Amino acid sequence: MSSFYEERGRFKGIFGWIFSTDHKRIGLLYLLAILSFYAVGVFLGFLMRLELIAPGPTFMRPQTYNALFTLHGVIMIFLFVIPGIPAIFGNFFLPIQIGAKDVAFPRINLLSWWIYMAGAALAILSLFTGGGPIDTGWTFYVPYSLRTPVNVSLAVLGVFILGFSSILTGINFVTTTHQLRAPGMTWFRLPLFVWGIYATAWIQILVTPVVGITLLLTLMERLVGVGIFDPAKGGDPLLYQHLFWIYSHPAVYIMILPAMGIISEIIPVFARRTIFGYKAIAFSSLAIAIVGSFVWGHHMFVSGQSDLASVIFSLLTFLVAVPSGVKVFNWVSTLYKGSIEVAPPLLFSLTFIFLFSIGGLTGLFQGALATDVHLHDTYWVVGHFHYVIFGGTAFAIFGALHYWFPKMFGRMYHKKIPYLAWALLFVGFNTLYFPMLLLGWEGMPRRYFDYLPQFHTLQFVSTVGSWILIAGLILMFGNLIHALFKGQKAEDNPWGGATLEWQISSPPPTENFYEIPRVERGPYEYSK
Amino acid sequence: MGNHKNEAYSRLGMWLFLLSEILLFGGLFILYSVYRFQNAQIFHLAAEALNRPIGTINTIVLLTSSLTMALSIYFLKMEKPRRSLFFLFSTVALGVLFLINKSVEWSIKFHHGVYPNAPRLLERERGEILFYGLYYSMTGLHALHVLVGIGILSGVGLWMMRGRIHHKHVLPLENSGLYWHLVDIIWVFLFPLFYLIT
Repeated sequence: MSSFYEERGRFKGIFGWIFSTDHKRIGLLYLLAILSFYAVGVFLGFLMRLELIAPGPTFMRPQTYNALFTLHGVIMIFLFVIPGIPAIFGNFFLPIQIGAKDVAFPRINLLSWWIYMAGAALAILSLFTGGGPIDTGWTFYVPYSLRTPVNVSLAVLGVFILGFSSILTGINFVTTTHQLRAPGMTWFRLPLFVWGIYATAWIQILVTPVVGITLLLTLMERLVGVGIFDPAKGGDPLLYQHLFWIYSHPAVYIMILPAMGIISEIIPVFARRTIFGYKAIAFSSLAIAIVGSFVWGHHMFVSGQSDLASVIFSLLTFLVAVPSGVKVFNWVSTLYKGSIEVAPPLLFSLTFIFLFSIGGLTGLFQGALATDVHLHDTYWVVGHFHYVIFGGTAFAIFGALHYWFPKMFGRMYHKKIPYLAWALLFVGFNTLYFPMLLLGWEGMPRRYFDYLPQFHTLQFVSTVGSWILIAGLILMFGNLIHALFKGQKAEDNPWGGATLEWQISSPPPTENFYEIPRVERGPYEYSK
Repeated sequence: MGNHKNEAYSRLGMWLFLLSEILLFGGLFILYSVYRFQNAQIFHLAAEALNRPIGTINTIVLLTSSLTMALSIYFLKMEKPRRSLFFLFSTVALGVLFLINKSVEWSIKFHHGVYPNAPRLLERERGEILFYGLYYSMTGLHALHVLVGIGILSGVGLWMMRGRIHHKHVLPLENSGLYWHLVDIIWVFLFPLFYLIT
């Protein structure tokens, strides 16, 4: 029984990894790259919080701060959360969960990783070339991004190239889900993680090209001055915002849908109970993907779009909360009368539900036209999306890491330490981000280097929160890294899961299954 | 794993890719429609200045190339590889002809001082700057796709000559044909939008 780690391919050593077409190795390549970028993003966030510990300049100049919040955003959004779950866990587990040996296009899968690295390299190169690090914010809004002397062109090109990687991954996953399901693996026997990845893959295919063309035009604007977005030449900056958010709002669902898939995997396993409302959860993923593609205008309530448009976008925004609510109710119902074991993966999943609910509910304030005028571009927004993206997606990633770690690496981590790390993360997270909601409510604008004295207390508390949070991250990842080298050998099915990845050895063999399995039951039917 | 099943993946993957291509151009078509709506009269007048004969010739060239592409696939399936290869390279030749025409058209415009950011263009009305901004972006991106298509078809042609694509394995030719038809269809929309609606 040899695992995929021992496989002898055409190449040796590191080349056996970076030229491997094995979906598991590619997943781990992404894991390494994405978590490294995450560490950089966290460090930049830490520096920003440190600067804001007191009013006035503390230890950096305003322009440095502008570069920091832009880089923090670009790295976290484009290099961490958007690719995050599909590229790491989707690659590793989607084929196994549907009973396949690999994805439909293994070579294109490897190419996607290379393209991802190339795009990331260009984005990083933009820091040290041209006019220096970008200061536009991660949204690259025109006309400022056309005028600023810093190296926007290269950064935009980098993000454009990252989009290619995303599209190819999406095409791969849709094709894999359609064509490579094992005999008996009907659509309604698919694990809900697969449904989440599948809905996400469609969004990746359909909306990423729109931001691609938008960024390409921005690049052309800077290089040759075509004038399409330049108000001095008759262009309309509002159209840039429309096209940008046509992608970037659905991108929020690229971040959250696979996270919801992970939660739907973990909860039934640790409640020892089949999932409540399987079809409702599966279809709500598709509903979120579809409705979520038509709500982008809620980013532009104060940008000067027509009132009619704002009213429609506001209505649709409230509608998209419905399928999200459906999921939350189904998770909670699954727990009801279950025999719950609060193991680390479940702990992170429950935290996901709690923090994501706060993120979702604070979002409704912004979705309402009148309150948004007050809240737009304040710390409220910053607090809200960190609750959704960090409290949601990142906590789901932590849950997934603890859930699938024994399967991916064949070793088990120390089971007590995650509880301590969780406590630090939970306290640190809320101390860091809840004051932001209050600050925003009181009118503190986002992206500001300095602030009025009345905001000092909350800013200070928030900065202290960032230290606690980082202590939690270090403890959690330290424990996992330690387990990677020194952990005890993991069992094949330590949690008693019923999906296919738990029916094979840990770590999985080279082509996952010695024989393609025949599936005869649903993914959450536990033997009595 | 059977070859037959592999072909099903590739076909589905190709259609998904084409879908993303349509959305890539879709962004530009949205911009075009909004700006046309805002500057209807100026767009109307600006379109009259485009070289309609060259546009028409290029439409004929590209439509014919789609025909030769389809014939190439047909003859490969009929087990007539040489004739298939002939039509494939005719398609490539027509693609090159299209690009030559396009560059002639562009250089005439350049010669008249009508190119992005040109001083003489910037003196004109804003709607006209937008018209030419869209004209160069959309036909430029399309020309880039023609160029990529020429590269792909040439590569497929070389594979056919080496016998790696044959009547039992037509799919790479079919998939590149799909791509070529997409490029053609996009032109079918670009042509009336820029040259005919005046």
